[in-house]
Amino acid sequence: MADDANLKTLPLDGLHRRLGARMVAFAGYAMPIQFEGIIAEHLWTREQAGLFDVSHMGQLLVEGDGAADWLESLAPGDFKALQPHRVRYSLLLADNGGILDDLMVTNTGRNFYLVVNGATKHADIAHMEARRPAGITLHHMTDHALLALQGPAAVTVMSRFDLTPETAEQPAFADLKFMAGARWWWNGVLLGITRSGYTGEDGYEISVPSGHAEALAEALLAHEEVKPIGLGARDSLRLEAGLPLYGHDLSPEITPVEADLSFAISKRRKAEGGFPGAARVLDQLFNGAAKKRVGLAVDGRMPAREGATVWSGDRQIGVLTSGGFAPSLGAPIAMAMLETPMAADGTAVEIDVRGKRIAAAVVPMPFKPKNYVREGDKK
Amino acid sequence: MSRLYTQDHEWIDVAGMQATVGITDYAQGQLGDVVFVDLPEAGRAVTKGGEAAVVESVKAASDVYAPVSGTVTESNPALTDDPALVNMAPEGDGWFFKLTLSDASELDGLMDKAAYDAFLASL
Repeated sequence: MADDANLKTLPLDGLHRRLGARMVAFAGYAMPIQFEGIIAEHLWTREQAGLFDVSHMGQLLVEGDGAADWLESLAPGDFKALQPHRVRYSLLLADNGGILDDLMVTNTGRNFYLVVNGATKHADIAHMEARRPAGITLHHMTDHALLALQGPAAVTVMSRFDLTPETAEQPAFADLKFMAGARWWWNGVLLGITRSGYTGEDGYEISVPSGHAEALAEALLAHEEVKPIGLGARDSLRLEAGLPLYGHDLSPEITPVEADLSFAISKRRKAEGGFPGAARVLDQLFNGAAKKRVGLAVDGRMPAREGATVWSGDRQIGVLTSGGFAPSLGAPIAMAMLETPMAADGTAVEIDVRGKRIAAAVVPMPFKPKNYVREGDKK
Repeated sequence: MSRLYTQDHEWIDVAGMQATVGITDYAQGQLGDVVFVDLPEAGRAVTKGGEAAVVESVKAASDVYAPVSGTVTESNPALTDDPALVNMAPEGDGWFFKLTLSDASELDGLMDKAAYDAFLASL
């Protein structure tokens, strides 16, 4: 499959193959699913630092007068109050409040920098272009790669890089908080760096011009704490961290409230509405929704996968949206969309796996406590 | 005793009408880290080419097929506690199940080691 002539390649394709990656088709690209093995890569990221190539994701720039207002017509974040160099998680919503994509939005001070999912980026761009007013530009940064350095050693590794701030106003690199970002010069190349990630670990996501991506990746991998990590461990890490994956746990059939992502609806937007599907979404927020995304701890050792049905006695109460083995926990875990009355923590349920009923319980997420500190978090 | 192979990357050791089945080193390499093996219980009848076990890696569940028809006599108890044996010793301690053959002539279509190696080289 990875040799399919229709597959596009990404800037680090050659490096991945030299490092012994097993390549698979993902979002239309040949991408590394694993290097030395998913469990080893997963545990390395939790203990040291993992380097992920996420160049398949869409990097977009939104610029012009009224850019914040326009973004607020597409997503329920408070972008007018988003301070320069701060990052927010948000959701691109359809007119009925269904989730078209989840994304990260950074106020760079000059414009808004968006990172959207690889499998949905072209549909996102079409959706946005169809709604784009004159005076606002939408630029797809197809000439940039995106790397993620994740894990407890990420901060130490990056502190060894000689980074020069782009502007005097931006935060010093050493003071960069989680969900903040700016640009720094490194070896004559401008890097867009946010302290953020998708693993439950501390770390960075680094936007780099494609022609310099391999040099940056090699420079990161030169540190003994850093190993290359494939998409397989990216999935198991995000699942343990309780983070939803678009196309699996999130879809146009699911609203932000049903997805248990109400935190992504900013306080002002809850009061004012004015985002797509606001009437339906706010009604669910204040009066409850019929279904809810939850975490399930699965008994025994047999993994339960996406699509498996969830039961209470003879009644089906939901379906798994993600599921697998959690390497850091040594046990199977899952996410499911369940009827809200069955979605309370501690509720006992059963999962049908190939005709066998497996016991499971609704548990809080993340499954694995997160390993980073947000501003305002209790230390 | 002789070892034969299928195009689905199972191996079978045959001694008379008794046989032991597992997956090949190539198969475990393709699967990656094995975290669970759903094994057939003793007494279950399996048919050549039919599903006999399911091997779960971190990433996905994969069917394991019976190389020949027969009745399962025992599954490997060691895999319950240590499924990673499939990765470490796929063609030894990581065997899946034993069975009594119902039709020894079904062995005729399977590959010997040289033929299987040639098959792998063609993939």
